Amino acid sequence: MNLLVLIGAPLLTALAVLAARNRQQVRWISLAGSLVQLGLAVALLLAYRHERALQQTAQMLFEQQYPLFKSFNIGFHIGVDGISVAMILLTSFVVVAGVLVSWNVEKMTKEFYFLLLLLGLGAYGFFISLDLFVLFFFLEISVIPKYLLIGIWGSGKKEYSANKLALMLMGGSALILVGMLGLYFYAGNTFDILALSKSTIPGEIQHILFPLLFVGFGVFTALFPLHTWVPDGHSSAPTAGSMFLAGISMKLGGYGCLRIATYLLPEGAKEYATIIIVLSSIAILYGAFATMMQKDLKYINAYSSVSHVGFSLLGIGMLTQTAITGALMQMVSHGVMTALFFAVIGMIYDRTHTRMVADMGGLMKKLPFISTVFFLVGLCSLGLPGLSGFVAEMTVFVGSWENPDTFHRIATIAAAMSIVVTAVYILRAVGRTVMGPVTNPEHLELKDAAWNEKLAAILLLAGILAIGIAPGWLNDLLQPAAEEIMNRIAGK
Amino acid sequence: MPNAINIALIPLLPFAGFLLSGLFGRKYIRNFAGMLGTALILGSAILALYTAYDYFFVYGKVDGVYQQFVPLKITWLAFTKELSIDMGLVIDPISVMMLVVVTFVSLMVHIYSLGYLKGEERFATYYAYLGLFTFSMLGLVLASNIFQIYIFWELVGVSSFLLIGFYYDKPSAVAASKKAFIVTRFADLGFLIGILILSYFSGTLDFQELIARLTSPESNEAKAAAASTFLGASALTWGAALVFMGGAGKSAMFPLHIWLPDAMEGPTPVSALIHAATMVVAGVYLVARLFPVFALSTPAVLEMIGWVGAVSAIVAAVIACTQTDIKRVLAYSTMSQIGYMMFALGVSKYGGEAGLGYTASMFHLFTHAMFKALLFLGAGAVIHYVHSNEMKDMGGLRKKMPVTHFTFLIACLSIAGVPFLSGFYSKEEILLAAYHSNTAIYYIALVTSGLTAFYMFRLYFNIFWNKPYEAHGGHHGHGEGGLVMMLPLILLAIGAAGAGYIPFGELVSSDGKALESHFDIAFSAAPVLLGLTGIAVAAWMYLKENKKPENMASSLGGIYKAAYHKFYIDELYLFITKKVLFNLVGRTAAWFDRTIVDGLVNLTGNTTVLVAEGIKKFQSGKVQQYAIYFLAGVVLLAAFFVYVWR
Repeated sequence: MNLLVLIGAPLLTALAVLAARNRQQVRWISLAGSLVQLGLAVALLLAYRHERALQQTAQMLFEQQYPLFKSFNIGFHIGVDGISVAMILLTSFVVVAGVLVSWNVEKMTKEFYFLLLLLGLGAYGFFISLDLFVLFFFLEISVIPKYLLIGIWGSGKKEYSANKLALMLMGGSALILVGMLGLYFYAGNTFDILALSKSTIPGEIQHILFPLLFVGFGVFTALFPLHTWVPDGHSSAPTAGSMFLAGISMKLGGYGCLRIATYLLPEGAKEYATIIIVLSSIAILYGAFATMMQKDLKYINAYSSVSHVGFSLLGIGMLTQTAITGALMQMVSHGVMTALFFAVIGMIYDRTHTRMVADMGGLMKKLPFISTVFFLVGLCSLGLPGLSGFVAEMTVFVGSWENPDTFHRIATIAAAMSIVVTAVYILRAVGRTVMGPVTNPEHLELKDAAWNEKLAAILLLAGILAIGIAPGWLNDLLQPAAEEIMNRIAGK
Repeated sequence: MPNAINIALIPLLPFAGFLLSGLFGRKYIRNFAGMLGTALILGSAILALYTAYDYFFVYGKVDGVYQQFVPLKITWLAFTKELSIDMGLVIDPISVMMLVVVTFVSLMVHIYSLGYLKGEERFATYYAYLGLFTFSMLGLVLASNIFQIYIFWELVGVSSFLLIGFYYDKPSAVAASKKAFIVTRFADLGFLIGILILSYFSGTLDFQELIARLTSPESNEAKAAAASTFLGASALTWGAALVFMGGAGKSAMFPLHIWLPDAMEGPTPVSALIHAATMVVAGVYLVARLFPVFALSTPAVLEMIGWVGAVSAIVAAVIACTQTDIKRVLAYSTMSQIGYMMFALGVSKYGGEAGLGYTASMFHLFTHAMFKALLFLGAGAVIHYVHSNEMKDMGGLRKKMPVTHFTFLIACLSIAGVPFLSGFYSKEEILLAAYHSNTAIYYIALVTSGLTAFYMFRLYFNIFWNKPYEAHGGHHGHGEGGLVMMLPLILLAIGAAGAGYIPFGELVSSDGKALESHFDIAFSAAPVLLGLTGIAVAAWMYLKENKKPENMASSLGGIYKAAYHKFYIDELYLFITKKVLFNLVGRTAAWFDRTIVDGLVNLTGNTTVLVAEGIKKFQSGKVQQYAIYFLAGVVLLAAFFVYVWR
C-alpha cells in the first residue's frame, strides 16, 4: 500500500472544501473525504496484518524515501509499524466523527472544515514520518489550526485559551526542535529515525537530550505539571476542536515521547524513568481528585484526560514491554473514548445550552440515545470490562507490576487507586445529568440525537467495543512494536 | 465429557436476550421482551440442569473423586507468553452447583417480574438488564482465569448498579446505585492488587495453574512468594488477603457492607436475584474457588475470613432486629447468612472430614438462595399489595394473601433452622464445622441463630398478624398478583423446604471426595431450642398489637438506638468521603491546579509581556536616542577594554 494516499486524501479533501460553493457542499465533501480516509486507514490495517501474516519481518512496512535536502541529509522518509497503524486508525475515526458533529456549524463553515481537515492531515503525516524533520513539520501543521479553531469558533474566554494553548505547545515544540538538532549532530548528521535508532549517542549527551524531547512532547500530552492548557483549551474549543485536541493532538505527544524520546535515547529514558513515573502517578491521582470537584462537563473530561493520559506516560516510564504496550493501548483507547465524551458533551450543550452539571438532571427521559452513549463512555472511562479503557489500564498495571521493587509497586498501587476515584466522579457526573428527576422543565422539550450525531457516536462506540471486547487484534498490532522498543532499551 | 457448546450456551442465551431487548426493546419488542428473556433463561436453566446431571452422575467422578474440567479456553489478551487472560469454562462441583442456583433463581425472577413490572414503561430495559446480569454472573461462575473472574465481577457490579438505579428519576435510587458501585469498586481495588501479587509470584493467571503453583510447598513460586515480605506479612498473605477484600466487598461483609441495605432501592425481584441469591454470594464463591490457596498456603488469611464472617453474621443480625423497612430487614439477614457461609469456609480445612466447613458453606449457599429469594419475592408481593416497605403499614395480611403467607412462613421456618426444612440441615453442618475448629466462632454463630429466628418472626408476625389489615384503611381491591407471581413462590417454597435432602456432602467437598454427613440429635438440640425461643419471643412481642416492642426499645436505650442507626458506620464513611476525600483532598487538588500550577504558567506569560513592555521603549525610532545609546555603548565598551579586560 502506498502511504502517500494517507496524506493525499486529506489534502485533496481540504482543497475540495476550499473550492466548494456552499455550506451544503462543504459538509458533504468533508464527510465523503473523511470516510475515504477511514476506508484507507482500515485498508492499511488489513494490508499491514496481511504483510505480517506473510512473515514480513522488517521493522517498518510500506517504506518510501525521497531526498528533500541532500546537503543536510534530510529526506522524506515514511513507513509504518503497528503503532503507526493503530494511531492512523484512531485519527481516521476521530476525523469522521468530528466532521459529523460539526454538521451545524454556521460561522465560516468552509474555513472551519478546512482547518479540521488540515489538522487531520498533520496527524496522518506525523504518524507515518520516519524523518524527524518531516515529523516536526507535520507536528506544527497540527498546532496552528487549533489556535484558530479555538480563537474563532470557541466560546468563553477563547482568546486567552487559544493563546495559552498555542504558546505552551509552541514552547514544547521549541524544546523538541533543540532536542532534534542535538540528535542530528551527535548521531552523525541524520534526522532519519531508523538510522538514529542504530546510532550510539554517548550516555551523558542522552541525559541532556532526553528531557528536552520528553518534556517537549510531554507538553502535548499533558505531562504534569505542564498540563494547564488542557482544561482551558478544551473548555473554550468548539466540540470538534476538543475532540481533535484530546483524541489526536495529545496522542501526537504520547507517540513522540515513546518513539522519539524513549526509543532513540534509551539511556536517557532509564535515567529519567523514576521522574516520569512520579510525575505520571501524580497526574493520574491528582487529575482524578481535581476532576471530582469540577462543575463543568468539559472541565470534568479535561481533567479526567489528564488523569487518563497519565497512564500512557506511566506505562512508558515503567519500561517493560507489557507496560509500553499498555501505554499505547491507552493512547488509542483514550483517543476514541475522549473524542466520544466531548462529542456527547457537545450534543448535550447544543440542546440544554449549559455544561453545568448542577443545571441538568433526568436527561435520560427525553434524550435516551445521548444519555445512553454518555453513560457508556463514562463506564469506559471508569474502566469497565468490555470497553476499551479496561484493557489498556490492566495492561499497564500488569506491565508495571513486572518491576519487582517497592518504588514501582507503590507507584502502580497509587495509579490503581484512581479506578475508585474515577468511579466517583464519573457516577457523580452521570448521576446528576442523565439520571435523577428532570430539574429544568424546559428540558422536557428536548429532541434526541439527529442522524449525524448518532452516526458519529455509533462509530466511536464501535471503536471502544472493538478494543474492549476483542483486544487481541490491537495487542497483536502493538506488542511487536513495543518489543522492538524494549529491545533497544535493554540494549539487545 | 462436558459439552463445551452446551455449557457456553448457558451464559450466552441470556446475553442474547440482553442484546435483543437492549437494542430493539424500546421500539420493536417492548411487550415481548419479558417473554423473550424468560424463554431464553428457561433454555439456560434446562441446560444447566442437564449439565449438573451429566457432571454429577455421568462423567464427573473419576475414581471416586470429582474432577475439574475445562472444556473450552480461549486466549483473550496475552500480556506475555506466560501471562494471559483467557476466557474459559470451568466445570467442577461448585461451578455446576452455582449454574443451577443462578439459572433457577434467575428464571423465577424473570417469571415473577412479568407480573411485578407489568405496565412499567421501561419493561424491555429491565429485562435487558436482567439478561446482562445473568450473563455476567454465569460468566463469573464459569471463569477459569482469575482475571476472567475479575472481568465478570465488574460486569455483575455494573448490572447491579443499573438495576438498583432502575427507577432513575428517584434520587434515593440513584444515590444507592452509586454507593453500591463505589463501595464495591473500592473493594475491587484490593482484588485487583491481589491478583497482581498472586499472578506475579505464580507467573500465571490460570486458576488451575495458580493454585497448583502456590499450594505445593516445594515449588519455586510458593517459596518466592512466602519469602518476600511486606510490613511483616509474606507477599502471598497480602495477595490472598487483598483478593478476599474484593470478595468481602461483593458479599457485603463487615465493614464493607454499607451498600447492601441501600441497594434495596431497586425493584424487589432484583433484590431477590442479585442481592440475596447470586451476586452477593460471589465473594463466598471466590473464596471457595481459591480455597486450596487460602487453606494450604495462607491459613492466617483463612482465619481472618472466619472472623470477618462471624462478626458480619452477628452484627447484621442485631441490626436486623431493629429495622422497620421489611426489605432492609431482609438485606441485613442476607448479610448475616453470608457471614455464616464465610466463616464456614474460614473454619474449614482442605480435604477429608476437616473440610466439612467447605461443604457446609456451599450447602448453605444453595439452601439460602432458595429461601432468601423466596422471602424477597414474598416481600415483593406484600409491597405490591400495600404499596409500602414499612412494617407499620402492614399487618393482618394472612387472609388477604394466603399463598404468599404460606410460602413466606416456610421460608421463615427454614431460615430459623426449624428441623426438617432446608435451612436446618445446612446451618447444622456449619455449626458443627465451627464447633470442631473454633469454639468462639461457634458461640457467636449460636447466638446469631437465635437472633435470626427472632428477627425473621418479628418480620413475619408484623406482616401477616399483629393488627388487622383493615385497621389502617387497607382497601386495595386487587389480589395477590396473578399466576406468574405465585408460581415462583410455590416453586421456591418447594426448594426451601426440600433442598436439605440433597446429599450435598457426596457432591461438593473441598477435595472432590465424598463426605459423609451425619446428624447428631444432641448437638442439634441447642441451636434448635435457641431458634424456637427466638420464634416464641417474637410471637410474644408481635403476634398481637401491643406496647411491648416500644417498651423493650426504650429499656434498651442506647444499644437499641445504636443498632437502629446501624452502629453509625454509614456516618463514619460519609465523614471520610465527604469531609476528607471531597473537601480536603479534592478541593485542594482543584485549587492547587488552578492557582499554583496554572498561576505559574500565567506568571511566565505575564512576566514575558512585562519584560517586552520594558524593552520595547528602546526601539523608539528616534535617531537622537539611538545615537545616545550608541555613544554610551562605545564608552562602556572602551572603558571595559581599557580597564577591565586588558
